[in-house]
Amino acid sequence: MSEPPGATVTLPLTSVADEPSKPLTAQRVLPLRRPGRWIATAVVLVLVAQFVHGLVTNPFYQWDRWGYWFLRPTILDGLAITLEVTAYSAVLGLVGGILLALARLSRSPVLRAVSWTYVWAFRSIPLIVVLIFLYNFSALYKTVSVGIPFGPAFFSFDESRLATDMAVAVIGLSLNEAAYAAEVVRGGILSVDQGQHEAAAALGLPKGYQFRRIVFPQALRSIIPNYVNQLIGLIKGTSLVFYVSLLDLFGSAQTMGSTYPGDIVPLLLVVTVWYLILTSVVSVVQFYIERHYARGATRSLPPTPLQKLRTGLTDLRARIRREAAV
Amino acid sequence: MTAKTLEALADVEAATVEVHDVHKWYGTHRVLDGVDLTVRPGEVTVILGPSGSGKSTLLRVINHLEKPEIGYVSVNGEPIGVKRQGERLKELSERAILTQRGRIGFVFQNFNLFPHLTVLDNVAAAPVATGRLGRTEAQELARALLARVGLADRTGAYPRQLSGGQQQRVAIARALALRPGVILFDEPTSALDPELVGEVLAVIKDLANSGTTLVIVTHEIGFARETADRVVFIDGGRIVEQGPPSEVLDKPRHERTKDFLSKVL
Repeated sequence: MSEPPGATVTLPLTSVADEPSKPLTAQRVLPLRRPGRWIATAVVLVLVAQFVHGLVTNPFYQWDRWGYWFLRPTILDGLAITLEVTAYSAVLGLVGGILLALARLSRSPVLRAVSWTYVWAFRSIPLIVVLIFLYNFSALYKTVSVGIPFGPAFFSFDESRLATDMAVAVIGLSLNEAAYAAEVVRGGILSVDQGQHEAAAALGLPKGYQFRRIVFPQALRSIIPNYVNQLIGLIKGTSLVFYVSLLDLFGSAQTMGSTYPGDIVPLLLVVTVWYLILTSVVSVVQFYIERHYARGATRSLPPTPLQKLRTGLTDLRARIRREAAV
Repeated sequence: MTAKTLEALADVEAATVEVHDVHKWYGTHRVLDGVDLTVRPGEVTVILGPSGSGKSTLLRVINHLEKPEIGYVSVNGEPIGVKRQGERLKELSERAILTQRGRIGFVFQNFNLFPHLTVLDNVAAAPVATGRLGRTEAQELARALLARVGLADRTGAYPRQLSGGQQQRVAIARALALRPGVILFDEPTSALDPELVGEVLAVIKDLANSGTTLVIVTHEIGFARETADRVVFIDGGRIVEQGPPSEVLDKPRHERTKDFLSKVL
């Protein structure tokens, strides 16, 4: 932030020849005053204060009931299901997306066409339709232990209803997620400079190594922010699994809401806060992953919030010392 | 240093490069129109020519970054990217081509260093990835090569933290890490600020003196005069004339060569 005007600064005095009073160049330039900005700030602060005040004092929200529900085992069980479904779908979706992107970028017209059609289909069909379709499908076929689209037997399902619902949810979300992830990954790979492919080829690096160590790490720089965006959509998208009778975070709250109709609002707030927490955690993780893959892309790494705080404090201390000395 | 690293540092036997009647075209546009060229071991060949004459394409055909439609290139008698099958040439597998490229160094105009790897890892990557050296040995080799190009103190830096001249010197060290018998330079100083050109040319000159076969596409006529054993002038996808610099640069016989030189000198 700028210093208050009039604070004397120790600029080296440029020699304006024999000027008796303070030469122009010896003083700091006065910053422009911006009254409009101050007014806008004040208005926004008032609005925010009003909103917070309403949130806290309005009996409609029933914060005591919120406190009662927030850590209830039934909610936490739902949270666990949400996390589980998200984790499996995120990994399977990304793996599927990478394979689809590679197929799309391959020289084989068949692979390209299949990949294109897949992405086209799953981006067109609403997720809820996919889920309910799979749900009915699983009613026809009792054992859903095979049919995981990407990777070997990652899950071992018993024949209990829960496991089947879980499988339906994960498969549905992964199929959907893979279509979007494919586009994210493809965009990332295309963003890598052609010269990198050429240099890798000219050095005779094996094909797999070229992709894993040269192209993909660079592609990740553009993949990560986009994929995290996807991931956040996925976290929220898991709330749809309620419709295939899997009691996730939203599903549990919904069920409790029908048992205790008076608590619907606090239950929705419980869900809201949990989703906010999940998204925040993902954002923090995103920051550090991005920072990791920024190595070499910028001349120096962006500072972590902790480092920013530390330099901020140092600057502040220096400024206080300077002004005390005047 | 381990024996393996020392061996990797020893001077390599310089290679012979033969270009056999190479034709290359994009659609109807003929880029190379029957080029024959023999580069003897240890020879420094500079390729000159106006832009669009096909000189970069010729260089890229040598390490098979571009596939010629007709003709082939051989290094030490071994055809690159193709093999003889009866009366015809047949394309090699990608893996085989990648192995062959290890014997041919290539230095790009835009350096094309790997920005996410440190300078040391840029140089050490290829010997490790191709299984020639272990990680420690490759890094030892990389340090020695970086010292040779005058960058012993920048091993931990990332390419974007270096000047253009330094980046190009890293790129040269990277090309050297596979002990190539021939190194190809595609306008190695064209992307550099004028004051940085000298440091890169000095490194190339040092390589020339060490007896490695070099093929250099450049616009640095002064450098060609000083360092080249042979100058090849290319125009319209054909070699117009070639010979020692004293002949081609000072007493060109062809109108087109004279015309080109009068523009660049």
